Amino acid sequence: MAQTRALKLSGLEPLVVTPESNFINVGERTNVAGSKRFLRLIKEEKFDEALEIARHQVEGGAQIIDVNMDDGLIDGKAAMVKFLNLIVSEPDIARVPIMIDSSKWEIIEAGLQVVQGKCVVNSISLKEGEEEFVHHAKLIKRYGAAVIVMAFDEVGQADTYERRIEIAKRSYDILVNQVKFAPEDIIFDLNIFPVATGMEEHRRNALDFIEGTKWVRENLPYCSVSGGVSNVSFSFRGNNPVREAMHSAFLFHAIKAGMNMGIVNPAMLEVYDDIPKDLLEHVEDVLLDRRDDATERLLEFAETVVGTAKESKVDLSWREDPLQDRITRALVKGIDQYIVEDVEEARQNAKRPLEVIEGNLMTGMNVVGDLFGSGKMFLPQVVKSARVMKRAVAYLTPYIEASKDANAKAAGKILMATVKGDVHDIGKNIVSVVLACNNYEIVDMGVMVPPEKIINKAKEEQVDIIGLSGLITPSLDEMVFLAKEMERQDFEVPLLIGGATTSKAHTAVKIDPVYSNAVVHVNDASRAVTVVGDLLQTETSDAYKKSIKLDYESFRDKFLGRSKQKTYLSLEEARKNKLQIDWDLKDIVVPKQLGIEVWEDFDLKKLKEFIDWSPFFRSWGLHGKYPDILTDKVVGEQATELFKDAQVMLKKVFDEKWLTAKAIFGLFPANQVNDDDIELQTGSLDGSSAEGNDTTMFRTLRQQLKKRDGVPNIALADFIAPKDSGLQDYMGCFCVSTGFGTQELAADFEKKHDDYNSIMIKAIADRLAEAFAEYLHREVRTKFWGYAAAESLSNDELIEEKYLGIRPAPGYPACPDHLEKLTIWELLGVKEKIGVELTESLAMWPAASVSGYYFAHPKAKYFGLGKIEQDQVEDFAKRKNIELEKAQKWLAPNIVEG
Amino acid sequence: MEKIEDILQKRILVLDGAMGTMLQRYKFEEEDFRGERFKDWEYPLKGNNDLLSLTQPQAIADIHRKYFEAGADIVETNTFSGTTIAMADYHMEDLVYELNFESARIAKEVANEFTAKEPHKPRFVAGSIGPTNKTASMSPDVNDPGFRAISFDELREAYKQQVEALLDGGSDLLLVETIFDTLNAKAALFAIEEVKDERNIDVPIMVSGTITDASGRTLSGQTAEAFLISVSHIPILSVGFNCALGAKQLVPHLEVISAKSDFATSAHPNAGLPNAFGEYDETPEQMASQIKEYLEKGLVNIVGGCCGTTPEHIKAIVELTKQYSPRKLKPTHETHV
Repeated sequence: MAQTRALKLSGLEPLVVTPESNFINVGERTNVAGSKRFLRLIKEEKFDEALEIARHQVEGGAQIIDVNMDDGLIDGKAAMVKFLNLIVSEPDIARVPIMIDSSKWEIIEAGLQVVQGKCVVNSISLKEGEEEFVHHAKLIKRYGAAVIVMAFDEVGQADTYERRIEIAKRSYDILVNQVKFAPEDIIFDLNIFPVATGMEEHRRNALDFIEGTKWVRENLPYCSVSGGVSNVSFSFRGNNPVREAMHSAFLFHAIKAGMNMGIVNPAMLEVYDDIPKDLLEHVEDVLLDRRDDATERLLEFAETVVGTAKESKVDLSWREDPLQDRITRALVKGIDQYIVEDVEEARQNAKRPLEVIEGNLMTGMNVVGDLFGSGKMFLPQVVKSARVMKRAVAYLTPYIEASKDANAKAAGKILMATVKGDVHDIGKNIVSVVLACNNYEIVDMGVMVPPEKIINKAKEEQVDIIGLSGLITPSLDEMVFLAKEMERQDFEVPLLIGGATTSKAHTAVKIDPVYSNAVVHVNDASRAVTVVGDLLQTETSDAYKKSIKLDYESFRDKFLGRSKQKTYLSLEEARKNKLQIDWDLKDIVVPKQLGIEVWEDFDLKKLKEFIDWSPFFRSWGLHGKYPDILTDKVVGEQATELFKDAQVMLKKVFDEKWLTAKAIFGLFPANQVNDDDIELQTGSLDGSSAEGNDTTMFRTLRQQLKKRDGVPNIALADFIAPKDSGLQDYMGCFCVSTGFGTQELAADFEKKHDDYNSIMIKAIADRLAEAFAEYLHREVRTKFWGYAAAESLSNDELIEEKYLGIRPAPGYPACPDHLEKLTIWELLGVKEKIGVELTESLAMWPAASVSGYYFAHPKAKYFGLGKIEQDQVEDFAKRKNIELEKAQKWLAPNIVEG
Repeated sequence: MEKIEDILQKRILVLDGAMGTMLQRYKFEEEDFRGERFKDWEYPLKGNNDLLSLTQPQAIADIHRKYFEAGADIVETNTFSGTTIAMADYHMEDLVYELNFESARIAKEVANEFTAKEPHKPRFVAGSIGPTNKTASMSPDVNDPGFRAISFDELREAYKQQVEALLDGGSDLLLVETIFDTLNAKAALFAIEEVKDERNIDVPIMVSGTITDASGRTLSGQTAEAFLISVSHIPILSVGFNCALGAKQLVPHLEVISAKSDFATSAHPNAGLPNAFGEYDETPEQMASQIKEYLEKGLVNIVGGCCGTTPEHIKAIVELTKQYSPRKLKPTHETHV
């Protein structure tokens, strides 16, 4: 475990320099002395553009970036602090360590105070004497940085071999013995000076540096040697081929001698082996001082070396690449602009049109698959790749059919369906696209697919795998049912389970035991490819299926073992421990407007500021909080691009009225009765659809998990004043939808082979529906009910649920029972008035809809019901006057396992 | 008393659990926080847990006592927010010295009780130095990324005052913890070095960062190893992680520092990840069963609990650590020049 003494630096990520490390390249473009452009940008305070220079350097391979603000015309300290603060906010720059470069101590110290990582100070020296040297070194140590020590002392800069080693040795001894500076944190800059200047005393400049480096590395343990390489070729300004050759040859020898770090412009380097032999010989003669006339010979030779510096390539140069490279690039980058043209070229070269798919396109998609599998591409990119692929295949299809070669062999056939009663398909579509990218044939049956149709289709198409998706809890039962049905009909194909409501626990405990063949829970599109691959490849298939079965079995045993540890109260005991609110008239506000209100064709633009974007990114498999996710080191770039695309579409949704938004809500007098029920006075109000009935009952469910002393067992009914308190209380309910039009738009996109935008419109509609619910809730709080008339909350505060009162939704943790949606629908007349329907599983249709209750009491809060016992199920069935079996079915996910 | 560096060579030391979770059980209301002394304070004080060292010292002493009874070797002072920066919320900047001094004194008094009773098992007090509520390397304003709400010097001065009071009150060690921004921690370490220098003393320092989420990084964006490198410039007693994650989620990050550091290592995770309601509900047995992995792999020298952990959790951890030997350390004489 003993750690070797290596120079260790850090930005957001570590940089450890070991004897085995390659040469560490320090970027110097963010140096006002080294870059005219950078100097101008800093002078003009164009910090954004200056940051781009830093970013380019890191992207170009700089492992440390040198920042220098020493210029007479700028406030160096302020500029250093400002620029470093900005760098630190850019994760893709800040990942590397920073070299704080200044000749002024106050600038160095200001820099050290704003960077969290371990920096390098560039530089200190004995120039002003030992006292100052020691003082600065102590502070650098305390700030936690490494240091570059210049070979410079009271006498002057070291310009010979002897002076270099003398100053290095003296500096080292003071630092290590007196200051207790870690020797591995010392980096010597032994002064690289120009050669071939024509002056006799400069002949050994390069050689003395190289030999000095060798001595330092051999005699001063653990330290490093650095330097600015471009100095050496200063005499050949304007002749880049010679300069490039000089840099490479110098580095070749200096690195051999032990130089392990340096400032090098990578654009000004030739590969050592690629230097023409005659040029190399002339250059090395100078560097290594091999001939008296070396300089003259090189100057002469340099005249003959024609050529220009490497040019930076223009963006479209990839169009010149070979055909396969172009196709691969189009797929990887998701560029569909040229794909038809390229595919046509490939088709003309191919014997059969099918070869283009099996050859060119699959080669490209394999690259996409590898990049995705290794985490170098993200879902939105892959969906864009798929869009290019689909366009290419669509172009080729008529040719393939004409050539009667239509039996393309896919890697396997997979049936995908969202189960009966459920309408959510964003996740399913993403998985389908990703699998299709990997050469699987997808039979997508869409949403709300009844089990018998899945079974029949699976037989008819002879699929290799069935994938089921669901978002709402009743879908879980549908999946269990389908698994049982597959067992009964002796199916052997593996079953994949996915969707927001599914879990490994549910799959292991409820689905796996009823189907003798493989059942796999896959909640992540990137895993889907691996899982399907393992299931279908003949070499791995049997072993994988067996291991999955065993894994689920042991998971199930553990899970069941664990869930028994919790203790539950009887319903009667739980009711005794209900939330006791001290009912007071001042906490109850009479709604300004009782009864039902309908909004048709609401202006969607008003919702823009209410959108919570974080879940939008989640639906695309990008995890992180908005807006931080846009600058996230790993997914930031993709998130930004996705967000840009979303904004473009959102603008169209607003400007061209792509979607229609509708809402309905009602506020009613209400009281808690019999502990768990809420009785609403509805009969006398205009607009009530509960004909002849004066009251409507909401049945709520009560927590039964045994709580710590003093913690109540809550039901939603607790938030409403009981009838016997003598106080008249109120509650409300609502439904909003922004989904009208989504289905048609998505279908249009799919027709154009554009899954990316098909998924996008659904994801946006979902966000708008949530935003609408948030907006409406605010209107209710501040106007229609008016209990929080004075509130003023930002969108972030709304997302954090800082408002007074709650809007729980049936099907969610506080009231997981979907059946109460029927009560809301009947009470408000949701279907008749705004057209949102309930499926047999009580999912809302269109999918981008939200419904729920309103509670206003200041003590009302969100909670989770948790598991309930059989006694409450029976009581609930009795109260609702439904069959016990029906109650069992709907509450199943929440009932304690027997 | 035996030196903590020497004890660490022989066995795994156990740190206490959460102070906040235990204080919640008292259900202190505004008037309890105020006590007699601050009954007329102009600003609300409920939630100022550090203040309880002055207004409810008995409760604080009792909680320390419960953790020592559970077998903890080290308790943390009730000073997580004991800087002028964090106390500004309550307009109590002027009380910072007293808060830290008293908190350390109370903890030390209880520690001495136990050390007297069981001299073979000396008990230690770690002066807890929290992250403050401001970050030195991140902007609170997304539209102005170059802005900083606090400077290194402001942090250094505030930390220095806290360090002096913690030492005066009798802290045996200093624990810079819940580091979500390494620059804040560097300011604290800078302040500690200044105090050590001025007083010509040595005091063992524990450093504990916080990996905020599944990204495996601190809030300020560093990986575990980058964090380790950024705080290894002065001789510290231990480095490790606490808070934000449960014991299980910490494993990969502990593996990194255990493999890459010569210092002792520490971990005081939360009782699991918060459930849907922000509560920590991992039982002592569940938590201990995960910490077992640390011990089997030899990843830690000091282990304890953060949010949601109780004396029951610590007891379970103490029982467990008895069965394992600590992560191997270099002999102490080598680390001193």
